[in-house]
Amino acid sequence: MSDPISRDDVAHVADLARLRLTDDELDHFTEQLAAVLEHARDVEALDVADVAPTAHPFELSNITRPDEVRPSLDRDEVLGQAPSTEAGQFRVPPVLGEAP
Amino acid sequence: MTDTTTTDLAAPDAGLPGGWQMVIGLEVHCELSTATKLFCGCPNQFGSEPNTNVCPVCLGLPGSLPVANDAAVTYAMRLGRALHCEVKPSVFARKNYFYPDQPKDYQISQFDQPTNIEGWLELPDGIRIGIERAHIEEDTGKTSHVGGGGRIHEAGYSLVDYNRAGVPLVEIVGKADLRTPEQARQYVAELRSIILAIEVSDAKMEEGSMRVDANVSVRKADEPYGTRCEIKNLNSLRSLVRALDYEARRQIELLEDGERVIQQTRHWDEADGRTHTLRSKEEADDYRYFAEPDLVPLDPSAETLAAIDASIPTLPADRRQALATAAGVTPVEAAMAVERGLDDLALAAIEAGANPARVMTHVEHNLAADEAVRLDAANFAGLVTMETSGELTATQAKQVLAEMVETGGEPGAIAAARGFEAMETGALESLVDEAIAADPEAWAKFCAGDAKVTGAFVGYVMKATKGQADGKAVTELLRRRAAG
Amino acid sequence: MSPTSASTATAIAEAVRSGERSAREVVDEHLAAIEAREPELHAFNLVMADEARASADAIDRARAAGEQLGPLAGVPIALKDNLCTRGIPTTCSSRILEGWRPPYDATVVQRLAAAGAVAVGKTNLDEFAMGSSTENSAFGPTRNPHDTSRVPGGSSGGSAAAVAAGFAPLSLGSDTGGSIRQPAALCGVVGVKPTYGSVSRYGLVAFASSLDQIGPFATTVDDAALLLEVIAGHDPLDSTSIPQPAPSLRSELGRGVEGLRVGVIRELTGEGIAPDVARRVTAAADALAVAGAKVDEASVPAVAYGLSAYYLIAPAEASSNLARYDGVRYGLRVDASNSPEMMVASRTAGFGDEVKRRIMLGTYALSAGYYDAYYGKAQRVRTLIIRDFAAAYEDFDVLLSPTSPTTAFAFGDKTADPLTMYLNDICTIPSNLSGDPAVSVPYGVGDDGLPVGVQVLAPAMQEATMLRVAAALEASR
Repeated sequence: MSDPISRDDVAHVADLARLRLTDDELDHFTEQLAAVLEHARDVEALDVADVAPTAHPFELSNITRPDEVRPSLDRDEVLGQAPSTEAGQFRVPPVLGEAP
Repeated sequence: MTDTTTTDLAAPDAGLPGGWQMVIGLEVHCELSTATKLFCGCPNQFGSEPNTNVCPVCLGLPGSLPVANDAAVTYAMRLGRALHCEVKPSVFARKNYFYPDQPKDYQISQFDQPTNIEGWLELPDGIRIGIERAHIEEDTGKTSHVGGGGRIHEAGYSLVDYNRAGVPLVEIVGKADLRTPEQARQYVAELRSIILAIEVSDAKMEEGSMRVDANVSVRKADEPYGTRCEIKNLNSLRSLVRALDYEARRQIELLEDGERVIQQTRHWDEADGRTHTLRSKEEADDYRYFAEPDLVPLDPSAETLAAIDASIPTLPADRRQALATAAGVTPVEAAMAVERGLDDLALAAIEAGANPARVMTHVEHNLAADEAVRLDAANFAGLVTMETSGELTATQAKQVLAEMVETGGEPGAIAAARGFEAMETGALESLVDEAIAADPEAWAKFCAGDAKVTGAFVGYVMKATKGQADGKAVTELLRRRAAG
Repeated sequence: MSPTSASTATAIAEAVRSGERSAREVVDEHLAAIEAREPELHAFNLVMADEARASADAIDRARAAGEQLGPLAGVPIALKDNLCTRGIPTTCSSRILEGWRPPYDATVVQRLAAAGAVAVGKTNLDEFAMGSSTENSAFGPTRNPHDTSRVPGGSSGGSAAAVAAGFAPLSLGSDTGGSIRQPAALCGVVGVKPTYGSVSRYGLVAFASSLDQIGPFATTVDDAALLLEVIAGHDPLDSTSIPQPAPSLRSELGRGVEGLRVGVIRELTGEGIAPDVARRVTAAADALAVAGAKVDEASVPAVAYGLSAYYLIAPAEASSNLARYDGVRYGLRVDASNSPEMMVASRTAGFGDEVKRRIMLGTYALSAGYYDAYYGKAQRVRTLIIRDFAAAYEDFDVLLSPTSPTTAFAFGDKTADPLTMYLNDICTIPSNLSGDPAVSVPYGVGDDGLPVGVQVLAPAMQEATMLRVAAALEASR
């Protein structure tokens, strides 16, 4: 059995998910997530070690498309939806560092 | 990561001080040269106007769904088989992290069930370097930094172009079997030759279609692995070797000063010749991998795999071995001919009876990589035979070969047209005598064993024959005269 | 509000094709109905009056030109606002997508247009389809046309209410854990969750990719079958689309249920089900028996774990699907001095509480150290549910259960405790986990006089048999 989700866990998870929570929200969400996870303990307790996981309801495989060029979108239409653009590109505030 | 024993047996010398040894593992990303991207029909094209090769799928627009590119999957499996990997039933997985150049803020990659596992690659000297896996994934967009001299940490803002987002990649994860920067260089060169041979990528490090990250640690021989650092931004083989050299020495210095190596990602700066901290990896990344629910598994049939195997040409290692055997040289000595794609020509010429040593000399010194196409192997063999039979001097042969490459002509005809006829020994002998008579002082020195004056006599004969005499034959005659 | 025969989609399409009515006349009538009652109900995020009139006129012109008209010629249809419509705002009832105009149409939207249907608007939903009442919409809730103090159900509450209120004879919703069937039950209309993979998801804004499926709302089983025939069938743009043509459904509806084996799911008729709802399920079973079906009790033990498995799997997939709303390419941006901060600020301001809750739950279920205990385990439970259904279908052709444990509840009743709200989905979730089809058919009313829905479940790709049973129930009301 795992420990119930803690306030620190929720803060960490919010951070991973790029969400900011106020102290009140943190309390509130911790309580609610703990209740949902408590309910999920019936699953946690099941012995399903010998059961294969299902990622997908049906067993399709090898679905591919031919390597043929299809029309791309009009750039003005694409950039027209963006909050900020410059020189045909999407503009963002400084990224601070490389991707992980 | 496991270690293959073959490498440790060889334990080549990295030239490190005080019994230190390097342990290197490379991760190579290779862009596949398909017509379209991995999961959509946008062109896979370098150098287009920003954000013109984009669609709902590669922009990650809400509601869009990926469909795998048949050619990309086939290329990835071909590469896997060329690296002696087992091609397994595989699934795509999402690697979750936020970054502006990642349109969905997750990358579709592979995780616990990659397409290719457990292969190896053979360096020219016969050492096998293990390949842990070669998996399929999509590339990211490109971020450029504006202001602050374009440096990432000082930029005022950044611009994102998604043309590259979704371009198919194979990431080849090598085992930590490499022990020297030179081995690392050979590994990447060999990988590149294989990729080019099976035509799945143009593998240009400078353009980024082949990208190398290196994991480096140091240890005293027979001790367990040390803490490793990952080095990024290695844009050429030269950078790779320099960066590995620098990084090993940096780590050794730290350890010898009683400090510790911190696990981190470092950036190679070609200009100042150092690696710099990018970010610490002490807190492990939590990518929350899970099977990509929008895609279904890949499970190639035996027929599919047989067809892929049949599409793989003879690979560089086997080509080196074949040429080495035919020419009576070592595989290392045969490497350059194979690297330049001249091995088929050389083999055909040797088979046609040409002298192997002369063939190898021409292939290594007198032919460029793209010249084999215009050169007929039988004509090449004919030229070598004319040379070894004394009909042509080495210098003449080189000139005839150059013209053959240019015109595709036949060596006999070219030699005749140029007036290259074997000079009779009698004529040559009288010219040598003339030369001796013209400079008795030098002749006395020659007879006393001073080889430096040889050039003067050869020069005289050459001038008299307008370069058509065989220098070696002249030297031989001089020796015989001196011996009396 | 029960449909007159002239207001069904089949009748409208027939009248428009024959020239008895113009498409324009039909759409104007429905726009008038919308104008009269939409302010009270808020079924729509957007009413597309101009676009609807223009496409109706185009159909009338096509007819005048002697062109062959499609099976939905001139039929007004409402689209859940998580279906992409080119150039027309698609919000998912979220601030984070407010004002976004997709540069492409969903596959179902294209198929509807090709069939001659006339889109009249984009319907309200729980934000990103996460909820069971539409109370989680950033733009305010939809009200139940039968009692405006009650919820219409959700997440496709707007689509269910639109059909129930006569705003359109047809609508499309999406169903991840019951989001079509539960609001259909609460609003007294027919709602179908097709077999996973039978309707293309291309252009449906994803909530949980391995569970999401688009399906029809209609006032009759026949209309639902007609709409499903139009939207189903293989789509090469969706890798999970079953590579088979759309099945023929309507031709099967009249075949009756003589000899069919019907199982009433024991685990979904006892505890947690309101007695008045349970009584309607019994009545439905009896009616099928009278019509010649062999009715018996069936057991699908693993459905007891459905809710737990679902509330780990769906949030996990959602946490990843909703990562892309980062303020870079489209939608809301809240400015900040650097990109990581901008992303945090935009997501914090753009998502509502329920969405945040599920993103965090899913992030937790996938995070290092918890994957095996939660997400991994839930996927194995999913296998158990699939096995148990398969075993039940050895003995039965279809299964029967309530759709929702209760009739429509009042606003605010279940918002305080998320788990109470989640328990609404216990009867519908198992079909999403198994991928099998299910339909909710209105079957009388509860003690409060509000509609009750009965759910018919069938094995994968057996929509024809399932809808035959639904049609028999409809006929027996």
